Amino acid sequence: MKIPFRPIALGLVVLLFSGVLLERAQAGGGHFFPPVADPLVREECGSCHLAFAPSMLPKSSWTRMMGDLKNHFGDDASIDTAKTERITRYLNANAADSGSQRNGSKFLRGVSMENGPLRITELPKWVSEHRGISPAEWKSKKVGSKANCVACHVDAERGYYDE
Amino acid sequence: MKTQKATTLLLAALLLPLGSYAASRDELLAQYALSAKAASPAFSGFSAARGEKLHVTKFAGGKAETPACTACHADSPRSAGRTPAGKSIEALAVSLTPARYTDPAKVEKWFKRNCNDVLGRECTPLEKGDWLSYMISQ
Repeated sequence: MKIPFRPIALGLVVLLFSGVLLERAQAGGGHFFPPVADPLVREECGSCHLAFAPSMLPKSSWTRMMGDLKNHFGDDASIDTAKTERITRYLNANAADSGSQRNGSKFLRGVSMENGPLRITELPKWVSEHRGISPAEWKSKKVGSKANCVACHVDAERGYYDE
Repeated sequence: MKTQKATTLLLAALLLPLGSYAASRDELLAQYALSAKAASPAFSGFSAARGEKLHVTKFAGGKAETPACTACHADSPRSAGRTPAGKSIEALAVSLTPARYTDPAKVEKWFKRNCNDVLGRECTPLEKGDWLSYMISQ
């Protein structure tokens, strides 16, 4: 029997190519992180900085962060126990490893789910996506802080982080 | 005549929220006045002028990045401010942001945080009342 190598090889090449395209398309979609929908979370987590999407960090990060709001990146952001508990529940239910957040888990590739970082800006994926930004740009009046996503991602409040 | 009455009623209904905003602010001021009086029997009312001074004074006791209220809130209470992380802060003046200072828990939350950041301590009832009077006057 003669094996038709050429058609098979051609077929494989086409398959591989589609695979790459699909991956790219998904990566594009990967720039969407559902914004915070709960009004309490929006108010309490969104007065000083953008209310970051819960799918950007794993549950372990959110739980640890909410457990020490008195030392919140140098600020005392403590609130009453009832609110703290409600917000922690919301963040955990929508965290990257909550099962419902495909894009979040892509963003967290290579990050420990059990002992996640507290800063989104420490995620390897975040670092690699932002490596083209110069220190001068970070310090510019328009940006000023790495937490100021909307300075460049104008639709970040709605969950879109495209360039 | 009938339309005039209806217009008056409509106008009243429209202005009602503003009235209740003012009422809840007055209530909060009255609370601060009680505490100020308890702290010092010489207390004789709040002063918007003292509040303005508190608002713009640079203190050394708090954080280096926030020596004064105006570090994040704009120099003028009638302008929007900006947090270090880039969030816009609505103008402090009641004339521009009428719903401000109507939720006592929220007011207390921010006095606690911001006074600690700027002065390195909590504000006294006198300071709170003065500052609030200044913002109401703006």
